[in-house]
Amino acid sequence: MRLASYIAKRLLLLIPVLLGVSILVFTLTRFAGDPAAAYATEKTTDAQLDLIREKFHLNEPIINQYWYWLDGVFHGDWGYSRSARLPVTDAIVEFFPATFELTLISMVIAVVIGVALGTISAVKRDTPVDHGTRIMALSGVSLPIFWLALMLQYVFYYAIPIFPAAGQYGDKYILTGVPDYTGFLLVDSLLAGNLPLFGDAIMHIVLPAVTLSFGSIAIITRIMRSSMLEVLNQDFVKTARAKGLSEKVVIRKHARRNALIPTTTVVGLSFGGLLGGAVLTESIFSWPGLGRWSSTAILSNDWASILGFVLLVSIIYVFVNLIVDLMYAYLDPRVRLE
Amino acid sequence: MFERKDKNKQIGLKTSEGVPTPSSVPVKKGNEKKAKRTVAVNGKSSKSKLLLKNITNSLKPTLRETKKSTRAMVKSPLAVTGIVLIAFVLFLGIAAPILAPPQFADDPLYIPRDFETPKPPGAEGHLLGTGLQGADIFYGVIWGARTSIEISLFVVLTAAIIGIVLGAISGFYGGRIDDLIMRVTDIFLSIPSLILAMAVAAVLSRSLENIMFALILVWWPPYTRLIRGQVLSVRENTYVEAARAIGCKNKRILFKHIVPNSLAPMLVSITMDIGAVVLVAAGLSYLGFGASSGTAEWGKMVSDGQQFFLSTVYYDGQAYTPYWMVTFPGLMIFIFVMGFNLLGDALRDLLDPRLRR
Repeated sequence: MRLASYIAKRLLLLIPVLLGVSILVFTLTRFAGDPAAAYATEKTTDAQLDLIREKFHLNEPIINQYWYWLDGVFHGDWGYSRSARLPVTDAIVEFFPATFELTLISMVIAVVIGVALGTISAVKRDTPVDHGTRIMALSGVSLPIFWLALMLQYVFYYAIPIFPAAGQYGDKYILTGVPDYTGFLLVDSLLAGNLPLFGDAIMHIVLPAVTLSFGSIAIITRIMRSSMLEVLNQDFVKTARAKGLSEKVVIRKHARRNALIPTTTVVGLSFGGLLGGAVLTESIFSWPGLGRWSSTAILSNDWASILGFVLLVSIIYVFVNLIVDLMYAYLDPRVRLE
Repeated sequence: MFERKDKNKQIGLKTSEGVPTPSSVPVKKGNEKKAKRTVAVNGKSSKSKLLLKNITNSLKPTLRETKKSTRAMVKSPLAVTGIVLIAFVLFLGIAAPILAPPQFADDPLYIPRDFETPKPPGAEGHLLGTGLQGADIFYGVIWGARTSIEISLFVVLTAAIIGIVLGAISGFYGGRIDDLIMRVTDIFLSIPSLILAMAVAAVLSRSLENIMFALILVWWPPYTRLIRGQVLSVRENTYVEAARAIGCKNKRILFKHIVPNSLAPMLVSITMDIGAVVLVAAGLSYLGFGASSGTAEWGKMVSDGQQFFLSTVYYDGQAYTPYWMVTFPGLMIFIFVMGFNLLGDALRDLLDPRLRR
């Protein structure tokens, strides 16, 4: 029951933040010039422009306009995305699965490598191994991601052609079409029993997922190392060693499990951050996800999409935060939710 | 010893104990005359000399700390690497007019170009080759250093100042103003920074100045949070209470006693953020916000070069894959950011008392 009231309290606190976010972005959009111009083409007459303004309430004060938009949001009408040629809500449903798959796979890569590197780094503290992982981790956050993506394309697509350079699946499937049950290509291709397509999709996801995982690997390694160092100094580790357990068991079962708790937080937060779409990575690899959609929308002044996208991302972000806090309390019973 | 104390009394200055003043320096017999003469000559200025000594004495602990820190820094090979990388970029930025004289003195960021097809590195005096419209990559790489230094320092310092002032007010006064400032930072922090910066940059016209503005808008909330947290813990210290007891005004307590003692953790973030700002600014430029094509800005240069990426250009009857337009500017971004990250990482170890000594 306490848990329920905690969640309820957190969700209530969400409301002012989301309202603030939408007001901020809505105000921004109105700085961008006449919104009616977005609907105009060369052939649009002034009379038609007036009609457009009338229809979208663009002649009214900005507060009214915001109110109309907010009212629409609550009724499931998030506006029309010109860049996707779909209603914003449909566009989100269309682009979210690709982003989710990419995020999930890159996070799996990041967690596996990051936890391993962080553990080794802490156990072999101040040795060349430790310095090496530190340099790797720092490089991971220092590499411009768009440049890394281009370099990976150069090496693994051009110089040694192993992986395709861009897209979610090969050209030959454009004609035949891909199965669409859930929107998640990897799942759908398996459901359809289309193994070649599944393999093709896996090959396509490798380069963007690796690119995307670089930053997260760096962060996870660092946090894993420092929490591991902290745990290794604690009494229960000494006890475990004193009772004659092998070093392997001490590290894996006693130290690492406890060190994973702070790491969970970081993993959760990066996951939430990436779910909003990795704008640069998705753009370079032509990945049909939220990130690419949002950058096209921003570059073409498609404000309905931008508003919808930012609202969605903020909701995801705040929810992920909540889930991370709940998980933290679950993993470490000493933590009390307040 | 007595003599020394008396002298101090006469002059009315305080010296910390155990520090030799001119009169207490043991004088060897043979040198007595000489010493006396020195005193006589300096007699008039002995007061100011003492004052100077006092100042140096009061600085001694700081100096000692700095020396220790410097020694620790120099011992860490990673920190030294970081400093070397930063020095390299700074050198390029400062020496840019000598290394690559601009074509137009009033617009040094305009990369000189010959409007021909790209040439590979080394061709016709183009050390790193040429790119889009035949723009000289070497020139862009050099002047890009200056662009990046300017952008990052301006953004980080402005955001830090905003963060310090708002965070200090928020943490010190509490109540309504704290709630207000914290809710506003909540709003800013729940929008992914790149998206917010993109949206702001999209509203404004495309220029480097507007990228800076967008980045400042994104960068101040974390600083505000950081400083607020620090102020909350620092203001509980007894010296704050002491300052209040002797009747210091709030403003003085806040900006002379609390804020200076809250800044240490910020040093690490500022150092690392100088690199991070360059990364995000380059990303924005790459996406098409900010500088126009042919500007000496590394992110823009990568996106200019991408047009030829994985294609083939011919020079002197030979085919080339133009890797150079993308590789060199990107490498410079990496060097710059890596330098500041290495330094920041070393600083963090240094400032963390648990890891120190």
